[in-house]
Amino acid sequence: MIPASFDYLEASSVDHAIALFAEHGDAKFLAGGHSLVPMMKLRLVSPSVLIDIGRLAELSYIDDRGDHVAVGALTRHRELEDSSLLAEQIGLLAHVAGQVGDPQVRNRGTIGGSLVHGDPAADLPAASLALRASMVITGAAGQRVVPAVDFFVNFLETAVGDGELLTEIRFPKRTGTRWAYQKFNRRAMDYAIVAVAVQLGDNPGIALVNMGPTPHFAVAASAALAAGAPASKIADAVLEGTGAWDDSNATREYREHLARELTTRALAKAGYTS
Amino acid sequence: MSLIGARVLRKEDPNLITGRGQFVDDLAPAGMVVMVFVTSTEPHSRIVGIDTSEALALPGVLAVWTAADLDGLPPLGLPGLGRPLLATDVVRFVGEPVAVVVAEDKYLAADAAGLVLVDYESLPAAASLTAALADGAPALHEVLGGNTVFEQPFDDDLAVEFAAAPHTASLHIVNNRCAAVPIEPNACLADWGPSGLTLWATFQAPHHLRNTVATYFGIPQDTTRVVTPDVGGGFGAKINFVPEYFLACALSRLLARPVKYTQTRSECQLLMYHGRAQEQDVDVAFDGDGKLLALRVRVTQDQGAYPDPTGMGLPVLTTAMSAGCYKIPKVAVSWRNVVTNTTPVAAYRGAGRPEASYLIERIIDIVADQTGVDAVEVRRRNYIPADEFPYATHSPLAVYDSGNFAGAMDELLTLFDYDGLKAEQARRRDDASKKLIGIGFSSWLEIAAFGPPGSLEAFGHLASWESVQIRVQPDGSAIIYTGASPHGQGTVTTFAQIAAGELGIPFEKISVRHGDTATIPQGIGTMGSRATAVGGEGVRTASVRVVERAKAIAAHLLEANPSDIVLEGDGFAVNGTPSRTVPWSEVAWKSFRPLEIPPETEPGSLDITVFQQVPNFSFPSGAYCCTVEIDRGTGEIEITGMYLVDDCGTVINPLLAEGQVHGGVAQGIAQALYEGITYDSNGLPQNSTLMDYLIPAASDLPDYTCGRTNTPTPNNTLGAKGIGESGSVGAPPAVVNAVVDALSHLGVKHLDMPITPIAVWNVLKGAQ
Amino acid sequence: MSTVSVSATVNGVQRTNEVEPRVLLVHYLRDMLRLTGTHVGCDTSNCGACTVILDGAAVKSCTVLAVQARNSEITTIEGLAAPGEPFSAVQQGFHQEHGLQCGYCTPGMIMACTALLAENPDPTEHEIRHALEGNLCRCTGYQMIVNSVRWAAEHPDGVVPARPDATTPVRSTLGAGS
Repeated sequence: MIPASFDYLEASSVDHAIALFAEHGDAKFLAGGHSLVPMMKLRLVSPSVLIDIGRLAELSYIDDRGDHVAVGALTRHRELEDSSLLAEQIGLLAHVAGQVGDPQVRNRGTIGGSLVHGDPAADLPAASLALRASMVITGAAGQRVVPAVDFFVNFLETAVGDGELLTEIRFPKRTGTRWAYQKFNRRAMDYAIVAVAVQLGDNPGIALVNMGPTPHFAVAASAALAAGAPASKIADAVLEGTGAWDDSNATREYREHLARELTTRALAKAGYTS
Repeated sequence: MSLIGARVLRKEDPNLITGRGQFVDDLAPAGMVVMVFVTSTEPHSRIVGIDTSEALALPGVLAVWTAADLDGLPPLGLPGLGRPLLATDVVRFVGEPVAVVVAEDKYLAADAAGLVLVDYESLPAAASLTAALADGAPALHEVLGGNTVFEQPFDDDLAVEFAAAPHTASLHIVNNRCAAVPIEPNACLADWGPSGLTLWATFQAPHHLRNTVATYFGIPQDTTRVVTPDVGGGFGAKINFVPEYFLACALSRLLARPVKYTQTRSECQLLMYHGRAQEQDVDVAFDGDGKLLALRVRVTQDQGAYPDPTGMGLPVLTTAMSAGCYKIPKVAVSWRNVVTNTTPVAAYRGAGRPEASYLIERIIDIVADQTGVDAVEVRRRNYIPADEFPYATHSPLAVYDSGNFAGAMDELLTLFDYDGLKAEQARRRDDASKKLIGIGFSSWLEIAAFGPPGSLEAFGHLASWESVQIRVQPDGSAIIYTGASPHGQGTVTTFAQIAAGELGIPFEKISVRHGDTATIPQGIGTMGSRATAVGGEGVRTASVRVVERAKAIAAHLLEANPSDIVLEGDGFAVNGTPSRTVPWSEVAWKSFRPLEIPPETEPGSLDITVFQQVPNFSFPSGAYCCTVEIDRGTGEIEITGMYLVDDCGTVINPLLAEGQVHGGVAQGIAQALYEGITYDSNGLPQNSTLMDYLIPAASDLPDYTCGRTNTPTPNNTLGAKGIGESGSVGAPPAVVNAVVDALSHLGVKHLDMPITPIAVWNVLKGAQ
Repeated sequence: MSTVSVSATVNGVQRTNEVEPRVLLVHYLRDMLRLTGTHVGCDTSNCGACTVILDGAAVKSCTVLAVQARNSEITTIEGLAAPGEPFSAVQQGFHQEHGLQCGYCTPGMIMACTALLAENPDPTEHEIRHALEGNLCRCTGYQMIVNSVRWAAEHPDGVVPARPDATTPVRSTLGAGS
């Protein structure tokens, strides 16, 4: 339960971090470390070089940009949770950030770290999907912007390539600000068995936690929601494209039931009426 | 002034709340090196080869040992079925140590352990009782000719009684395998120098460990010292002998360095003995009024890969206590111990008694369900009446000392509105938008105060008394040395409370020392709810004797007759002549000065050692009720009330007693709803970290509402029965009965623990 | 093996050590600084026994590399009480309300509670229970820990109000046997 040895380098800027990566190859970026350090302790990951970006103040911000709120990738869960700007404009994100793990985890973990880890059982990826966020990825060749639906590529794999950094997440503002997050687990600090994030308003979205190998955007249900379908129809559509599995906490059948049930509850909680 | 019954704050706290506690891993003597294990990833495999060369080549690595290096270090446990210190030829469970690495620090040791390569050849595994008992099952130990270690058949299977009974019911119960999870995992530090061996260990019975280690290595006990410093919880899992204690000693001798081993949590989940892991087949015969006529219990105890003497005793305790609080005309019991390719099983808080209370309390609810008689009423109709104690059960082990089961139930029903809740339950059942309500009871009792001669000898201990030595210091303060070895119970405080009243020395001037074989005059340890009922009684006995001697000195100083001396104020007085007094400090001081004490008295006489015995076990009991709400959409179970009436006889410190109840109940709730070590069909453990083995957090557990009744035990003058295990005995049946009650209108008779949301949902789904 | 120089203010004292980059903060505190009050109870960031306060926030020191704490202010259980004071309010609360038994989870628990009260000086029982989700206790069943935090909230200066001395027999209406 001790990481393997590595060389430690501290980046002084985003560009420096990217340059260091290009120089060193078998490297990992270290942000808050709350996804990476546990994996390194188990020696599931043993990079030769760790490039610490954790102190890059340039990546820690929550900015109002008119039609969207931009969040720097190193913004900690706790800062999202406490942000009055988010509470007002992107309430779902602030709320979901407060549902991650436990207080100590939220004090250290960063939104970028959580999203790049791409865990289908994590909370923030689903929130970013329901909110139809855009991810700004910075690499040696410059920046590109990837919509959240294209960001989560495979199990624990995202659109962020080797040597690239997720630097900013953009959350579009909406006229309607109602939302709900329904998380089901056995202990409060655990990953969800299933969770459902619902954002109403223009361009609404529904996303599911732990219903397949990646954080899942419920395309059909989101479309039904946009079309003003009855809640029961939306709940029926929510499973389309999911690939839940059996594990020690739940069967696929139970997860699918929960996804429908939690969708229904989330819609009601958000005050959705068709 | 007696402090018995006073809410005294703990003497233990100041160090522990300031970070000044001393746990084993906090110790770091000069020259210390670190030992780690390489453990088996296989449930049952032949070891084809172990390559240690790369690990040995790593700078800073001092030793890498495999079984081949263990000449003269025999297996532990039962002859012929012993648990080797390191797996020899065959590994029998995942987590079994295969090799051991010693390095200069824990980082190097971890690196080296990762470089040890073990080549396995898989053997078929039997990781469940069903698999181990199947025809043609793979045999774990060839010498057994099967996987059953021991079988006790029925004397009389009560076929006649069951054939004649108006009603019968049967139930197969799985009592789930649990991990004790003391927050401090196992740890030890061995320093074997030219002057002898010192072993610091996180353990509940230091002298037991000292005696065993000395015997194991063939060295004298006087130069073998075991210290159990602050111990971070034990719950029964730290009274068993595990390979690390012996390997650390052997390696310290070899390397001439102090060797420390600190278990990781993930190792601990598989290496520390598990508890429960029992299956029961129970039949009950009863009449239409819910009166019990006969009970038949067959217990199958999973021993894990290597049977342990304590593990072998678990079904003995379960079957002894199977009749619970009830007068049952005929009881028949049978048991067997079976080995499987899993972590070995031994004591865990309650050790055999939670399994008993669970089975009989589940059976009572089945009888209630089948007869339509209210669950409380069925209990009342079958209780052993309060005037029938001592009460001899079907088991010679269990002669109940005292109790008032109906009284505890009466008290319980004052804590909440049972009838109102039942009415609400009925209303909710008819309103699909509402959560379901369940109300579950348990009238439980357990066997505690392990102290009667023979009771602990059966588990390999030297004896069953507890030692207490009181030494009055020259300034009139006193130190109590005891063989009890607390690890959270608050014994330092309760023993000082008992002594203060008897000695007339202020509580603040009494210290209690424990956990060091170099200073404690022999000892047994803390387990089986025995510290207060046996050791606490020893404190009183020793105190009385100290006072008797002190009075002789006081009489000499006051020129009075010893029989006229009384304890008064801060010392002694002549009865009826309040002006003639002498303070304790003067008596104590002069007790060491030959010229100031009676000529027939030796200096230092205020030093008394007692080996306290008790004539019988005690039987703490109580009545618990759990109320739950069940979410019909998800199957989620929420505990809405936990009402707890305990009868542990005399309470020394109500604050500490309540703390014991809370903690035990929390573990009981955990067993009922959250915890259970499981193995897949290949023998791979499914939850060996705290990410997947769900010990509950603060937001998962309810508030507890406590009440108390008091039927003192006649077995000691304090009247104290023991409280350490009660909650873990009483809570699981109350919780499970509540969940089953909530679902009973859907035809549910039983659900095995842990009852998960998915299990509940499967019931609700079937009902739709 | 490369090392990194780590300077940090630990319990008000400036410390500087050469540290292997892989060294976890908890091992830096325990093994290098010999501040052994911070404990390790698991290896998966669940138990919270290793909780310390890092730049004002409670963190699990088993999940932070020592190098990540460079130039930070760290408070451990050893640094909690003000100079000259035996106990902080939270420590005193744990003593008054029997918030600990074996004491192993206690330092982490006290640090988490301290961080909670710094942000929310008057938490409800519900808030306390949720704020402690990152700290596991196996002895108490948590209710007395909740009571301890409430005590500290009600006695923010940690001063025990004048009342009958703690050792004065306060007899329970039930339970005193003889």
